[in-house]
Amino acid sequence: MLKTFPKGGVHPPENKITSSKSIKRMTVPKVVYVPISQHIGIPAEIIVNVKDTVEIGQVIAKSGGFVSSNVHSPVAGTVTKLDLIIDTSGYKKQCIIIRTDPKNEANFQEVDYPLIKDITLEPKAILQKINDYGIVGLGGATFPSHVKLSVKEGTVLDHLIINGVECEPYLTADHRLMLEKAEEIIVGIEILMHALHINKAVIGIENNKKDAIDIFKKLTQNNEKIKVAALQVKYPQGGEKQLVRAILNREVPKNGLPLDVGVIVHNVGTIFAIYQAIQHNIPLTERVVTVTGKKLENPANYWVKIGTPITDLVNEVGGLPEGTRKIVNGGPMMGKAIKNTDVPVTKGTSGILVINEDEASRGEPKNCIRCGECVFVCPMGLEPHLLMNLSEKGMYEKASAEDIMTCIECGSCSYVCPSHRPLLDYIRFGKQIVKKLNTAKN
Amino acid sequence: MSEQPIIVSASPHVHSDRTSKKLMYDVIIALIPAFLVSVYVFGVSALIVTSVAIISCLLFEYGIQKYLFKTAVTITDGSALLTGILLAFNLPSNLPIWMVIVGSLVAIGIAKLSFGGLGFNIFNPALVGRVFLLVSFPVQMTMWPTAIVNNTNIVDAVTGATSLGVIKEGLLFGKTMTEIGAQLPNTTNMLLGFTGGSIGEISALALLLGGLYLLYKKVISWHIPVTVLATMAVMTGIFWFIDPEHYASPVIHILSGGAILGAFYMATDLVTSPMTKKGMVIFAIGIGAITVIIRLFGAYPEGISFAILIMNAFVPLINTYFKPKRFGAKIKAKIV
Repeated sequence: MLKTFPKGGVHPPENKITSSKSIKRMTVPKVVYVPISQHIGIPAEIIVNVKDTVEIGQVIAKSGGFVSSNVHSPVAGTVTKLDLIIDTSGYKKQCIIIRTDPKNEANFQEVDYPLIKDITLEPKAILQKINDYGIVGLGGATFPSHVKLSVKEGTVLDHLIINGVECEPYLTADHRLMLEKAEEIIVGIEILMHALHINKAVIGIENNKKDAIDIFKKLTQNNEKIKVAALQVKYPQGGEKQLVRAILNREVPKNGLPLDVGVIVHNVGTIFAIYQAIQHNIPLTERVVTVTGKKLENPANYWVKIGTPITDLVNEVGGLPEGTRKIVNGGPMMGKAIKNTDVPVTKGTSGILVINEDEASRGEPKNCIRCGECVFVCPMGLEPHLLMNLSEKGMYEKASAEDIMTCIECGSCSYVCPSHRPLLDYIRFGKQIVKKLNTAKN
Repeated sequence: MSEQPIIVSASPHVHSDRTSKKLMYDVIIALIPAFLVSVYVFGVSALIVTSVAIISCLLFEYGIQKYLFKTAVTITDGSALLTGILLAFNLPSNLPIWMVIVGSLVAIGIAKLSFGGLGFNIFNPALVGRVFLLVSFPVQMTMWPTAIVNNTNIVDAVTGATSLGVIKEGLLFGKTMTEIGAQLPNTTNMLLGFTGGSIGEISALALLLGGLYLLYKKVISWHIPVTVLATMAVMTGIFWFIDPEHYASPVIHILSGGAILGAFYMATDLVTSPMTKKGMVIFAIGIGAITVIIRLFGAYPEGISFAILIMNAFVPLINTYFKPKRFGAKIKAKIV
């Protein structure tokens, strides 16, 4: 029996059309647009001026506080403008616009870094470096990694879990990374285990990536400390709480963190970025992005520099196909729809999904037929139909009492609703208001 | 860029192909075998009653929505159609046509639309229609054409009571089960449908076949039908075990009186059943128990229609008190 989380979940068509396409290097863009807020928390502070010359990996915006992150220049070139640009959130955000220097060879070099296995740094120095090198969670939440790793003294930690689940349909960025950089990821895991004094690590991979499971099983054959867990394919298994439950059978308490049950969870992409930072002194300036969609000419996986306009990526795969009705930053279940492709890739961009007419339009909402399907699929044990009604009617106190804040916004409820009710839309709205009310109370 | 605008909406951006309409039509497909059996056994009258029920349900819904409420007409969503079929399945095939029409009016007009339409009704519309007819016209509603089995011709000229009616009457007159047993159809005939009863309830086998289809299509889960039948089997089993001369066997109870029709198609009505698995089990135990109590100790030989309606009334309460277990609720969170 494959492991999985017991409550709820759905299994949308996987559509992993790019899973056999090795990661190509994306052409270096002529201009990059680097937002200073690519992470959850305080935006970074710009420390460059217009007309400054910058090198690859130079810090261009400094971490604005503890829950914040440095931003580095992805290219060598000249800062041409500091301006407000619409980012993937749909809002205008401060960006540093850098013109790539076409004569600077550093921009176009393709270096094959040798695998370095020895870990020489002390735990403290490792955590400092993760902070300095702008590492944030690459699974999509972009939570600054050093914050996650700053464990209060006295906290009992016994497991590091590596999230290689990639339960979102269509996306294959983590899958390809695991296939192509498996050894580096293992070293990355060892670095974190060393830094956190943890002796056990488990890599969780869903069973639709058997090749990745095999590679890691082989690599960890004689390894007592690192194990691989093959998981049943079920969405949203990539959610931290679901993953901890699936692998270790531990239930993270309501409103709690995996830390509360002695676990830290990191995405494979983050682990690779940590490896690059610690062993090769490379800050986080590029990531793997899956550019996909059923109607695209050449859907593929790319190494993309942060700040590359999505337009460039879409052109690289053959342009937007006729009848395109939706462009999604991320996967189809949790990604954000964007208005156009004039938006830069950020640290949180795991994929660009182009959807055409037949998938894009939502069905017309009908009466709730009280089938209870939303209740059955909710992985958090909530009653989405009830939460939607309470939000719609403005009964926020009651919604709060019904645990609206524990919703992880996985979208399983809206996905299955036979009456096409906008469950998650209303729940999100309700959550925002409850959050405001709670802040006002405190 | 395409001529049509790019849609910007919140996630999720995909949807399963499950729709309410498909669910309704799946139930209708599941009812086809039972319908074919009833047409075979009762002849063209079953066809007429079913058609009249369907057409009048659709017309009442159309008329009330269009001319009385002046709201959008929803007759294409399959729900009124299904109500019509289920109502007909709970009626004798020789019921006067005007009664069928009255039943449809009560089902659609009172039980469904006056509550607010699909999704807002508390009670199963088809059953409200049926019970209204049963208490208003008890004579017509309890005289069924009986299929004559030993004869090669199956005619609907003979009318009589159902197996459960025969048992109830027999026991009232002080007969024992052994004596009554001779008047009952055998188990094979009950499975196949060569017995008296409402249009849709006679063939246990055809109903089970459709039930399996619904389970396979995940339109219903096993919780309600299995629990209803199991509760009935256990309860009637206990009485039968103690005194087999005065109580019918669980097999007779389950194969007759619309138990299977009720358990698989009426109690599982999405709108009027609970929304958690735990709640469904409680609801189903209630239905099974009330059915048995009515059958053994009540005035009516059959009780599942009443049992379902009674438990329908408890659904909001069940939904309030039997909630799904919240993730992470058993441990107190640390304050972060």
